[in-house]
Amino acid sequence: MRAAVILFPGVNREGDAARALRRATGEKPAIVWHAERELPGGLDLVVLPGGFSYGDYLRCGAIAARSPIMAAVGGHAARGGLVMGICNGFQILCEAGLLPGVLMRNAELRFVCKMQHLRVENAQTPFTRGYAPGEVVKFAVAHGEGNFVADEETIRRIEAEGRVAFRYCDAQGLAGPGSNPNGSMNSIAGVFNDRFNVLGLMPHPENLIDPLVGGVDGQALFASLAA
Amino acid sequence: MKARVIVTLKRSVLDPQGKAIEGALKALAVEGVKSVRQGKIFDVEFDGDDEAAARLKLSEACERLLANTIVENYAIEIG
Repeated sequence: MRAAVILFPGVNREGDAARALRRATGEKPAIVWHAERELPGGLDLVVLPGGFSYGDYLRCGAIAARSPIMAAVGGHAARGGLVMGICNGFQILCEAGLLPGVLMRNAELRFVCKMQHLRVENAQTPFTRGYAPGEVVKFAVAHGEGNFVADEETIRRIEAEGRVAFRYCDAQGLAGPGSNPNGSMNSIAGVFNDRFNVLGLMPHPENLIDPLVGGVDGQALFASLAA
Repeated sequence: MKARVIVTLKRSVLDPQGKAIEGALKALAVEGVKSVRQGKIFDVEFDGDDEAAARLKLSEACERLLANTIVENYAIEIG
């Protein structure tokens, strides 16, 4: 598994993403600056990490989505390569048109920073095959704009095609307004593209890989990718 | 030449910021406020005075960057 982490100005979780990848794959991922026009050769996976690219100016992820490296990331995805965007990376993938929908301001207008239960909705993808279908996991969330919105037809299609990766839920696995931290439609926390090689998610699996910091529920995601 | 681009959320999209501002205006007893929607304004200066060309360039700017047309509409004013 050869991986690269894209570094945009204002991003701050690239070290966490790189650490999780290194632990799972045994290899240090390449760190690629946003102004590059090409990705290193022979890559399997590109990760867009969390943070606040360009200070969230204009719209979260909007400016990063138009940076030079994103054409290469789009090309990698078009060739079937794996792409994962976490938090701000998810916002960037939506702004780049590689994933459907938009991440809007949290419904209650508050930055949400806490541990959050999620239900694994599709465990048959390269990202999620290390989980059991319907498994309830606990990841950290830390965002102000994670409210997933798309038009009705898009939501219907995403649901029908099994493209919801993770859904916000309570400890028992029940999704609903009480366990939805940001107002996302259908409690959607993460989605796949139509070929299941691009994943975007707001929660942070890369921060749940060490018992010392509260859990290891994120490990299976990176192990799935490394397998 | 000066132009103004106005980006607003589509009617079908919830605007929690607008709602919060609306609530604050009501709390201030500003009378007659029915609803508030928040948007963005971009003032853009252009070389030359070809209005049609500027309009075309600004449409491109909106489609490619200034607006996310999944949830936003835009309007262009020149002059």
